[in-house]
Amino acid sequence: MAPRAQPVVGRSGALAGAAVVGLVVLSFVGLGMRAEVGRGLGPAEWAAIRFTVVQAALSAVLSVVFAIPLARALARRRFAGRGILITLLGAPFILPVIVAVLGLLTVFGRNGWLNTVLEAAGLPGVSIYGIHGVVLAHVFFNLPLATRLLLQGWQSIPAERFRLAAQLDLPPATLRRTLEYPLLVQIVPGAAALIFVICLTSFAVALTLGGGPRATTIELAIYQAFRFDFDLARASLLSLVQLALAGSAALIALWIIPNFPLTAGLDRVQQRWDVRGGVQRAGDVAMIALGSGFLLLPLLAITLAGLRGLPQMPPGVWLTAGNSLWVAVLSIAVLLLIALPMAAWIATRRAGGAEAIGLIGLSASPLMIGTGWFILINPIADPVALALPVTALINALMGLPFALRILVPQMRETLQSYHRLATTLGLRGWSAWRWLVLPRLRPQIGFAAGLTGALSVGDLGVIALFADPERATLPLQMYRLMGAYRLEAAAGAALLLVAMALALFWTCDRLGRRDAEA
Amino acid sequence: MIILSLRPLQTKGTIMRRTLLATTLLMAGPALAETPVLTVYAGDYFTSEWGPGPRIEEGFEAICDCDLQFSTGDLLPRLMLEGARTKADVVIGLTSDVTARARATGLFAPHGQDNGALTLPIDWTDDTFLPFNYGHTAFIYNETLMDTPPASFDALLAMPDDIKIVIQDPRTSISGLALLLWVDAVYGEDAGAVWEQLAPKILTVTKDWSSSYGMFTDGEVDMVLSYTTSPAYHMFAEDDFTKKAAIFPEGHYFMTETVAKLSRTEVPELADAFLAYVLSEDFQRMIPTANWSLPSALPEQDWPEGWSDLPLPEAVLFYDEDEAEARKAEAIETWRRALSQ
Repeated sequence: MAPRAQPVVGRSGALAGAAVVGLVVLSFVGLGMRAEVGRGLGPAEWAAIRFTVVQAALSAVLSVVFAIPLARALARRRFAGRGILITLLGAPFILPVIVAVLGLLTVFGRNGWLNTVLEAAGLPGVSIYGIHGVVLAHVFFNLPLATRLLLQGWQSIPAERFRLAAQLDLPPATLRRTLEYPLLVQIVPGAAALIFVICLTSFAVALTLGGGPRATTIELAIYQAFRFDFDLARASLLSLVQLALAGSAALIALWIIPNFPLTAGLDRVQQRWDVRGGVQRAGDVAMIALGSGFLLLPLLAITLAGLRGLPQMPPGVWLTAGNSLWVAVLSIAVLLLIALPMAAWIATRRAGGAEAIGLIGLSASPLMIGTGWFILINPIADPVALALPVTALINALMGLPFALRILVPQMRETLQSYHRLATTLGLRGWSAWRWLVLPRLRPQIGFAAGLTGALSVGDLGVIALFADPERATLPLQMYRLMGAYRLEAAAGAALLLVAMALALFWTCDRLGRRDAEA
Repeated sequence: MIILSLRPLQTKGTIMRRTLLATTLLMAGPALAETPVLTVYAGDYFTSEWGPGPRIEEGFEAICDCDLQFSTGDLLPRLMLEGARTKADVVIGLTSDVTARARATGLFAPHGQDNGALTLPIDWTDDTFLPFNYGHTAFIYNETLMDTPPASFDALLAMPDDIKIVIQDPRTSISGLALLLWVDAVYGEDAGAVWEQLAPKILTVTKDWSSSYGMFTDGEVDMVLSYTTSPAYHMFAEDDFTKKAAIFPEGHYFMTETVAKLSRTEVPELADAFLAYVLSEDFQRMIPTANWSLPSALPEQDWPEGWSDLPLPEAVLFYDEDEAEARKAEAIETWRRALSQ
């Protein structure tokens, strides 16, 4: 069934995959060079591992469960401002942790908006602190990602199928079974695995909203081992545990995803004759309203606090914003160089297991990779001089699993549907990329680039370990302001950061969808 | 478009600076080329516009005929990773909790200054790490929102459980660790029971001081673990006199940040001059408002106006580095167990 002759060969992709593995393995070699035999894993660490897995699994399942109706509603409704809303709904995913936590507390905290409303209505208040708070925060962060991945899937269903379904007058249940379930089976496992891995590496959010040391995650234990005990052996060991957990989740998910042939349609705009009923419309409207409320209210809190802080922002913030932008652009470039060939390589293989490689950068803890590279670079060059490029490279690694999840399905569809035509026309190598792959994957490339750029802008990354005053990034500057009691100015910087990340995301996403349907 | 124009501009700046520098060097001959550089590693907050860094640089360069360059980052991990290859001549900002570990690296030389010049509330005899500021752990409250703040640590424990406080995690934050040593110094063997009493009042634990303090100023908690000097920021920078530190007669845990000289420095005289500058009146007078902490070598009558009115504890508790190091692991385990129930 697998096509024999492929217009794009996997060699460069395999090479990129090997480079990613190499980057991470080398960082552990670096760590190994400096690690002394430390204390192994104690009961505290095991408790952390258990808690981490439980909260990550819950967060992943709930994020996807809520994302399904939200994405479906967004996919089948057209309304004014839909494009902007979809972009805005993506914002929580790129928020720096500390900003998001304060935003969530403004809404759901002890004296937050929700409790104020409940009190006014004479109802008992709710406490956000506990594992439910951790899960709530993680759903807040990751619902946007799951929604976007699903929405992308929904929009990739050829419009002809909905037309055919309408002509045959299929009842909703049949339509769900024949069109939507196959789609969900394709997307849900991968999205859930990805969110599981993100939540696996959560640290400050889990601790703060979990209400204390009960909510200790592996990443916190890594940080403690590294920063407080300087026990590189234990830190590396914990990092490997995290890697193993992430790897197993990814392999299970990719194994579940069935590999059945997909066929492209004629790229008409989807028309949904099947969802014109009033009940369905009301359901969709309610879902969009609920989802938007949950995702946008904390964002509104962040915006309000930020607007108050903007006038107090020191001029140095703008310089760091420039640094952040340049790091983001660099990480997008690096990401595309790695992700595109890798996606092609994965898409030409029958099984998708190789995609798990993309996750190792994210799950091995950026702190540890950064430290490993610091150790390796230090004897040869000044790591501080390379702080920004190294940060960009590591940010690209962090973005890789998202990019692959976005690119691979469409890449597979493109290669499966067009390889005969491409072979007939003699399209191979670069010309296949130029005339077939890049044009057909343009929306996905834009989305992946935007996501990576936005993540890179918002991420503190490894730069905190070593940075010259002039090489600070915007998130680092924000933390510095907070450290100097300038909380209002920091809120202003946070707003600037969110705006910048969103603008970058929107620009890339837009470039990808230009001359496509809105 | 903006994206594209940014980097070239910066590069051009660097090139221009370099060309300018090269031309200047060529014209001025060896005199300028030899302007010595003193590399000072500092904590992250140090070099922001409101941190003490820029003013220290200005003050020292005015007397040293040198170029002081700050390099910021995560101090101790960075030093330990760099080891003997470190470029630092001087390190500023190592807290008293990590000096034992820093000393063990063998990278530091005696500071050579007279500890007798210090005006700390405790006796300081360390010949390697020289304090440049100090403060104490304290719980901060807003007096307009809290009528009867606790007058002692015992009173804090006895407060109703609907009073909520936020603290920092001792495993990730220096101030969080200081709180544990504070409880240990006051209550010793009973620390476990104390934590169980405090647990229902602890709304949550944050990774770092900033998040905790943000939760306090946002009104999410009644009290926050911070420093006795925190109200000073609100008083002198914001004209806000509502934030107070609850002063406990049992005593408060002492914290200090130090400066130290690397033994491998290639500019030892400059490093010595910098250490002497740290004890100078110019530096010490700047510390309160630039660092929001108390100066280590300045009599109280010379503090900036209003600072001697700041309520400070009579009794000061402090473990020297060996004792702190010895008690740390057990204190953290006691804390973790009590709060995990």
